Amino acid sequence: MLSVSPLEMEAVRLSLWVAVWSVAVSLPLGVLTAWILARTRFPGHGLLNGLVHLPLVLPPVVVGYVLLVLLGRQGPLGRILFDWFGVTLPFTWQGAALAAGVMAFPLMVRAMRLSLEGVDRRLEAAARTLGARPPAVFMTVTLPLMAPGILAGIILAFARALGEFGATITFAANIPGETRTLPLALYSMIQTPGGEGPAFRLAILSVLISLGALIVSEALAHRLRARLAA
Amino acid sequence: MLKMDVAARFGDFAIEAKLSCETTGIIALFGRSGAGKTSLINMLAGLTRPQRGRISVNGNVLFDSARGIDLPPESRRLGYVFQEGRLFPHMNVRNNLSYGYRRTPTAKPRVEFDQVVELLGLDRLLARRPGGLSGGEKQRVALGRALLANPRLLLMDEPLAALDQPRKEEVLPFIERLRDTLDIPIVYVSHSMAEIVRLADTLVLMSDGRVEAVGGVEDLTSRLDLRPLTGRYEAGAVVRAQVERHDDSFGLTELRFAGGVLRVPRVEAALGAELRLRIRARDVSLARERPQGLSILNILPCRVEAIGTEAGPQVDLRLDASGAALWARITRRSVVDLALAPGAPVFALIKAVAIDRTSLGRDAGANRFLAPASSRES
Repeated sequence: MLSVSPLEMEAVRLSLWVAVWSVAVSLPLGVLTAWILARTRFPGHGLLNGLVHLPLVLPPVVVGYVLLVLLGRQGPLGRILFDWFGVTLPFTWQGAALAAGVMAFPLMVRAMRLSLEGVDRRLEAAARTLGARPPAVFMTVTLPLMAPGILAGIILAFARALGEFGATITFAANIPGETRTLPLALYSMIQTPGGEGPAFRLAILSVLISLGALIVSEALAHRLRARLAA
Repeated sequence: MLKMDVAARFGDFAIEAKLSCETTGIIALFGRSGAGKTSLINMLAGLTRPQRGRISVNGNVLFDSARGIDLPPESRRLGYVFQEGRLFPHMNVRNNLSYGYRRTPTAKPRVEFDQVVELLGLDRLLARRPGGLSGGEKQRVALGRALLANPRLLLMDEPLAALDQPRKEEVLPFIERLRDTLDIPIVYVSHSMAEIVRLADTLVLMSDGRVEAVGGVEDLTSRLDLRPLTGRYEAGAVVRAQVERHDDSFGLTELRFAGGVLRVPRVEAALGAELRLRIRARDVSLARERPQGLSILNILPCRVEAIGTEAGPQVDLRLDASGAALWARITRRSVVDLALAPGAPVFALIKAVAIDRTSLGRDAGANRFLAPASSRES
């Protein structure tokens, strides 16, 4: 009952793979977006803010559908990707990572923006009087000081990506070994007669992975806070 | 030369400041809170942009609205010591100190890392983080960090204001050492006349966003028309004096100034050393005739020059002691009883102990260094 089958192991591995990629690719974009939202004001500011937060309030299936319309072979963006770069996203693990990344993006940006707004701008001014140009100030002062928020954003996004279901199944479908991540595998097992055992094991694995990620993040956050204590 | 002619408006508050002074020693920017001192120094540093005007330091134009010049703070090479220190909390003291040092553009920095660490007594703090330092230690690190950026001018915005008196006393000698050993001019913002008299050579008086006067510390503090700005409680004369004699049997030092000789508790300075000292108006009493049988050591013949017109029971009188200006604060009743009027000859009585030793300041120029302890003469 408690021995994990190769099929289940594959779902776990794929889930972690997809989640790590989705977080890794959206991380720099998330920092940039958080910076734009926190530090700049321009006419389209509210619109950008709304757009970033849209996946948080939309049904995930709608997000998956929009991705499919935009990035499908016949979609306006999908055609360019395929014709110019030979890249296909729907029904691939990269597509699953994209869907997970889009769904997790607002959580990541929110955490980072919050910590960026907490960074003392007077410290940045001090850095500039010491001869540092704005990019250097960002790398040596702003970024280290917002590290706790970046970590929180990563963890939240990672957890969200691991659990992503609706957008993934709509955009990338449920293909074993390619896009059948842990939640999708669990869903399939529940649909299959006699799948109660595998479903139970997958649920336990899901709990263990999430718990592990939480514990690691708490420990990291604790160390970061101690480092930054002024 | 430091030249500023700037105008800016922040909501209800307008700044329209014009000043020009030599960049030697410490230039103090003095005024009540809200006078615009910090705004002015921030414009100098490039942290606030004036609406129009021109700023130059030793011929280098930092800002000129007419020519569209506005150097960013990182290109101005002005060190800035903030009131709250602003140390980087995620770096240890060593990395805080070297932050600007590493970015010094010149191949040959004017001050070296080890020199600053020694000057400010920071060697034991290098591995620590700002979070674990006391207020005084933080300001010393902030001082060192600004110095190590090799600035052509060091700006200090009330660096002692956030500290209690013992911490102030801990940091002040370090600022004096900086002034006396490094050839970096300092612009020092303060609302404490005691600090200014102790540290500064040049005084810039500010009020309501305007520069009211620029001049030597002695000159401005003895002007009656500036009295509302220089403050009443701390009011007094600042005089230059030379160490003439040490009287070891009584532990006294005789200081000669234009108005005569002053006996003060022993000062650790070489014979001939130029000192600056402050004689507060409230420590000077007056007599019409030379008093006899008095414990007061310092009795100086003077002439009443002007009598203040302030309302209240006390009045400030400006005295002329053979060319040196002194101030006395006595009751209005005594003015009437002694029939004091401009031109009247009087004797100023100054208690030896009343001369504020902490307000002893050193002079600018060649004579400003106190002799080291080993070569002290007795």
